[in-house]
Amino acid sequence: MHLVLFFIFGGLCVAGALNLLLQRHPINSALSLIVVMTSLAVLYLLLGAEFLAAAQVIVYSGAIMVLFTFVIMLLNAGREEKTHGSKAAYIVGFPGAAAILGVLAYIFLKQSGNLGSAKLGEYLVTTSDLSRVLFRDLLLPFEVTSVLILIAILGAVALARKGHE
Amino acid sequence: MVPISYYLVLSAILFSIGVGAFLIKRNIITVFMSIELMLNAVNLTFVAFAHQWRHVSGQIFVFFVMVVAAAEAAVGLAIIIAIFRTRNTLNVDQVDLMKL
Repeated sequence: MHLVLFFIFGGLCVAGALNLLLQRHPINSALSLIVVMTSLAVLYLLLGAEFLAAAQVIVYSGAIMVLFTFVIMLLNAGREEKTHGSKAAYIVGFPGAAAILGVLAYIFLKQSGNLGSAKLGEYLVTTSDLSRVLFRDLLLPFEVTSVLILIAILGAVALARKGHE
Repeated sequence: MVPISYYLVLSAILFSIGVGAFLIKRNIITVFMSIELMLNAVNLTFVAFAHQWRHVSGQIFVFFVMVVAAAEAAVGLAIIIAIFRTRNTLNVDQVDLMKL
């Protein structure tokens, strides 16, 4: 059951990511990124992270992607024009990315025995477990993030404002 | 039962696709989206290791990454809007003032 769910949603993730790579219109890329993020939420649920699954749907596929689609529509972004792009990206970038993937996959699959395996429902982090750590041990970092978000709001407003007199 | 290594390989695949998209996409918004894809791939690694070590810290880390990603998306999209206002283009090849 777990394996079947993993392959369905992992396959959806990879398909969405490849679609993001291949589509030429930014709105299609944004929609396929939403598919990736929502399937990742299911994978988090399979790994017993229930709060993060909810946060992934609300924050990532909700807030951030709405912001992206909003900006794409606001700027009326059309199809990407075909350019030759950077030569270095093709010569060094692709073999580099493929090499990273190859090395990582080789190491992970070789160490598969040491890494163990995940069973469905065996380990579950409830929201109260998470909040106990967050509000007791990590209260200061949590409060500092509110300052970060405040600064981000101010920065976004200052940058996107019309006219810089 | 799914080996943890499958999750790690999946996140490596997503990360590599993100790197590839970052390198070949010419639209600045799509480049930004591939950064989000890479962040998501790393988050999956954190959750997988948190499951393996039975430790909450990995999930806390993902929570903070999400917060930072939200702030980064807001500021980054504001920068994109500012670029579009001044240069009237979204193509990264035409925004090359700092290129040698």
